[in-house]
Amino acid sequence: MKLSLIAATALAFAAHAAAADEIRVLNWQGYGTDIGWSLEAFEAATGHKVVNEYFNSEQEMLTKLRTNPGAYDVVMINAAFTAQAMAEDLIAPIDTAAIPNFADITPNFAGDSKLVHDGQVYGVPWTWGLTSIAVNTGAYPDPPASLDTMWDPAHQGRVSIRDDAVEAVQFGALATGQDINDIQDLDAVRDKLASLMPQLRTFWGSENDWNQYMAAGEFDVATYWSGSAARSIAQGLPIAFVVPAEGAIGWLDSLSIPESSTRKEAAAQFIDWMIDPEFYVKWDLEGAPTSANAKAIEALPDTSFNKQVVADPDLLARVQFQAPLSDEDRETYLKLWQALKAAQ
Amino acid sequence: MSGTLTRGERRRLATLLSPAYLWLTVAIFLPLSAMLFFSFASEMPGGDTAWQLTLDNYREVFASPTYLILLRKSLILASTVTLICLAVGFPCALVLAKSIRGRSREALFLLVILPFWSNSLVRIFSWAIVLRGNGVLELGLEAVLPFDIRLNLMFTTGAVIIGLVHSYLPYVILTSYLALQAIDDKLIDAARSMGASPLTILRRLLIPLSASGLIAGAVLVFVPIVGSFMEPRILGGRVGTYYGTVIEDQFVAVYNWPLGAALSFVLLAVVLVILGLAAPALRRGAA
Repeated sequence: MKLSLIAATALAFAAHAAAADEIRVLNWQGYGTDIGWSLEAFEAATGHKVVNEYFNSEQEMLTKLRTNPGAYDVVMINAAFTAQAMAEDLIAPIDTAAIPNFADITPNFAGDSKLVHDGQVYGVPWTWGLTSIAVNTGAYPDPPASLDTMWDPAHQGRVSIRDDAVEAVQFGALATGQDINDIQDLDAVRDKLASLMPQLRTFWGSENDWNQYMAAGEFDVATYWSGSAARSIAQGLPIAFVVPAEGAIGWLDSLSIPESSTRKEAAAQFIDWMIDPEFYVKWDLEGAPTSANAKAIEALPDTSFNKQVVADPDLLARVQFQAPLSDEDRETYLKLWQALKAAQ
Repeated sequence: MSGTLTRGERRRLATLLSPAYLWLTVAIFLPLSAMLFFSFASEMPGGDTAWQLTLDNYREVFASPTYLILLRKSLILASTVTLICLAVGFPCALVLAKSIRGRSREALFLLVILPFWSNSLVRIFSWAIVLRGNGVLELGLEAVLPFDIRLNLMFTTGAVIIGLVHSYLPYVILTSYLALQAIDDKLIDAARSMGASPLTILRRLLIPLSASGLIAGAVLVFVPIVGSFMEPRILGGRVGTYYGTVIEDQFVAVYNWPLGAALSFVLLAVVLVILGLAAPALRRGAA
């Protein structure tokens, strides 16, 4: 009698454990997957607990996937890196039938060749946005029209860019009027960046860094991500996000499931939750990047930063979306960037 | 005691020493050998891509001027910080060892050791708060001084040096203090009674007799600073790229462990060569 009771309790416990998983998510810190109210609601709806872990660069994310197999169930990957992660068998094809909201994703993104290989989806388009510049409205009563403002001696020592070789080089390509995915004149990019160096206060590394420097008044103008800008504005920082005449760099972030995950079903449920319009509309209030889900954008109020960005076709025409980068080019950019930094 | 050991003595010696040697093997020798091995690998062993043994990593270190420029920059930084630590630390140790007695010495000692009790990252971020424009230092000076002042120390080489000196000064003070403490006060009294000036006592007596402590302190400070990366990254900003930060990049940002390992062993070799060249002077000082 006693024994059977224990057995029954154990069984019930095991059944409960199977239904309620703990899924581990790998993402940038403060980037949508770790919002307290959302995770509570998700746990209430599905029983799954979500634990977030963070990376500080795409390379670190890949390193973590390689060195900790089985440790993560959902990973946020910039679409330019999805092909690499797929080629290394780090991520698995996703059963989109398990993700009801997948049908509402903007077709351009859902069928993006960076995410779909041989008809199989390796990354669910989640959010997209722009890498451009943001200015301190105190230093700029009117937003600048051109990227040249970063080279303006009036702002010397009050400019910043991210310490990232690829972003820096592509930004240099924009400033020199080149195609960021097919840079013909790398010397021009090098010279342009070399002349930017004396203008810089420091490099920024993370959104948190950026906010602190901006709040302390260290920067007048700095490169920034549109999603982060929306968040910083929502937090009350006096900044404006600007897409200058030269254009901006576009990126697409997607959610993938690591090959080594043992809780793929729960992972798919979480991804569905992340692209759900209901979640997005609330997230947008706190400052979110632009959703890849067309229904989610429709559901936004007309005054929303993201609806305005999306609704401006003129702006979108100036965006150059990042394509996957070959290892050789990445290496070349890294060397160029390291040499520029070493010369300081 | 004779040179040969009995069996019992030998067994006792082995029992007493084995934990230390076991620890050295597990904690230092094994990881370091693994890194040495990685530095000769073409790809990260254990990954999916094939790899073989190669000298390419070392070739790359010497082929690109970037790494050599940075190595030079790091060596200059380490020398500067070491000299400042000695110049500041030795007088502190002298005062502690010879002029102050009793409770106040204990209190001052506590102040010297206190930084060791806090996390180094916390210390550096505190410096960032102090040094940045409109930071604690600027506001403090503005409150005291009648004229306008703009230091702008943050994100300069000066900020890196300040942070490093603060982190490493206790080593120099502690080693110098121990060496100075060992000098018999009677020697100083004798010198004084023979008419030696304070400067002569310092030059002919105190510095030579405490040289072992000064040298130990200098080595303790110089070696880690050549490879330091945290202080330059946080306090140095645009000018904060050093040899150590590039090694860190290879490990955490670009996942090129073989190149990172090769860079580290080149650094180790350079440090060993420097210590080797300085060995005669070190021996003379320590004797």
